[in-house]
Amino acid sequence: MSLTIDDVAKVALLARLRVSPDELQMFTGQLNSIMDYVAQLQQLETTDVEPLSHGIEVRNVFRDDVRGDPLPREAALLNAPKRNQESFLVPAVLE
Amino acid sequence: MNSATATALLAGLEQGAISSEEIVIGLLDRADRLKRLNVFVHLDPDHVLSQARAIDKRRRSGDSVGPLAGVPVAIKDLLCVEGEPTTCGSRMLRTFRPPYDATVISRLKQAGAILFGKTNMDEFAMGSSTENSAYGPTLNPWDETRVPGGSSGGSAAAVAAGLAPIALGSDTGGSIRQPAAVCGIVGLKPTYGRVSRYGLIAFASSLDQIGPFAHDLADTALILKAISGHDPRDSTSVDDSVPDYPATLGTPPESLRIGVVPEFFGEGLDPEVESAIREAIRVYEQAGATIRKVSLPNSRSGIPAYYIVAPAECSSNLARYDGTIYGHRAADFSPRYPGEESLAPMVRMMMASRAEGFGAEVKRRIMLGTFVLSAGYADQYYNQALKVRRLIRNDFDSAFKEVDVLIGPTSPTPAFKLGERTSNPLAMYLSDIYTITANLAGIPGLSIPCGLTKSNLPIGLQLLAPAFAEEKLLRTARVFERATDWHLKRPGVKE
Repeated sequence: MSLTIDDVAKVALLARLRVSPDELQMFTGQLNSIMDYVAQLQQLETTDVEPLSHGIEVRNVFRDDVRGDPLPREAALLNAPKRNQESFLVPAVLE
Repeated sequence: MNSATATALLAGLEQGAISSEEIVIGLLDRADRLKRLNVFVHLDPDHVLSQARAIDKRRRSGDSVGPLAGVPVAIKDLLCVEGEPTTCGSRMLRTFRPPYDATVISRLKQAGAILFGKTNMDEFAMGSSTENSAYGPTLNPWDETRVPGGSSGGSAAAVAAGLAPIALGSDTGGSIRQPAAVCGIVGLKPTYGRVSRYGLIAFASSLDQIGPFAHDLADTALILKAISGHDPRDSTSVDDSVPDYPATLGTPPESLRIGVVPEFFGEGLDPEVESAIREAIRVYEQAGATIRKVSLPNSRSGIPAYYIVAPAECSSNLARYDGTIYGHRAADFSPRYPGEESLAPMVRMMMASRAEGFGAEVKRRIMLGTFVLSAGYADQYYNQALKVRRLIRNDFDSAFKEVDVLIGPTSPTPAFKLGERTSNPLAMYLSDIYTITANLAGIPGLSIPCGLTKSNLPIGLQLLAPAFAEEKLLRTARVFERATDWHLKRPGVKE
């Protein structure tokens, strides 16, 4: 497995990270050495092994669908980087 | 007083020999004189004093007070405290003030504890040295040219330096146990599900667990009992009764079969660490333990499996930081690099905000996780890692059929020098080689002080037990603590 600069640029876009050409260079090298290291997992025989997503296996937990107290609007907006009286403001999505 | 345990402070408070206000004034003063250690990201003296005065008043008026009433607890800065800064060691959350308390914070408040500041950490808990903090590294109180471990380095250093008798941290791959080991204190990662994660800023949700730092096991048992238990707001928290850890700590375990794992004595283990661990095994032998060799053949796959699973979960958890609802938003997101002209302004805003808000290690893991989950690679990497995770847990299941606990080193080396591993991510990752498998398997792990190197650096002994066997773990560790005095050593930091 060898990641090219273009592969890493694509991953950065998927991950919504702006990276400079220098960073792209650095991350490509580092991600490749990490991927080389983790490649050792491919050597293990796991054909009949069930994947384990939690060490302590968890099950769905159900509860009655009862309405609780919502976060007050002002508390929800308190950390907004940009807002008006009642909403979060973002750059225009549609032209 | 700054070397006192929570248990000793509680005795003084109960007898009326000291007030909580006097305790916190002493600690605030010490924190002021030890600012160079960079332990706290946020410490508000007025807020601390008002909590202490309120508890003193309640105690004087004869009201019933909780089991930690008047005791200061330092809090890792990824646990939400309503209205208080909670930065997660990141520029992304520099101005964030949570609208609610984490469940562990509510429980500490109910127990009467004083929230004594927010401690420094590797950004989003990703790191093993606290050098990935956006607020500068924390120094190890035993040797200020060295790291305190990480990611909960601030909490470990707070207890070691006598800035708080106890502290909370979180452990995703060793982030409580490794800093406890290299700072010469006790650190416990409970079983996954023992402690509610509600209000813990998530890094890797299937691995994260909150736990205590303390000078000794009595304090560890006290705080573990206070924070454990089911929480309907964390559906992975287990609905089981919580044992009375402090009450049973003094009773020696009925069975003392100890497993020594050859894979924990591999290449890269510092010889002084190894001899301290061998000595600890002898202490157990003298205490009547049966020592048995048990193998965990898949433990060498722990680090590679972790560096797929944890980044995968992190890339998903950290997707929420996009500059929209909270956290950092870039002021300028006009196109800067080739190709950006074609992106919508909203996408550029997110990309620029995340680029400015996150440090290099966080970006690396987000990209790694995004890659291993991306179309065409998920099966090869992510699913294979989950299968290996099962093999790792199976190893533990077999081992615990033969022995009650496993012991070995917590960290392969004592505290390393500041800057020593920052340029090589893989070398940093290997700091967690002995701790990481417990997170993958979900089992509890404890680090206790078991020695000092010739250059006076602490060494930690790790004990691992089956899921939800914290009681057994603490009682087994107590056998060692009773026979030794390593838990009484303090670094003697100069003010």
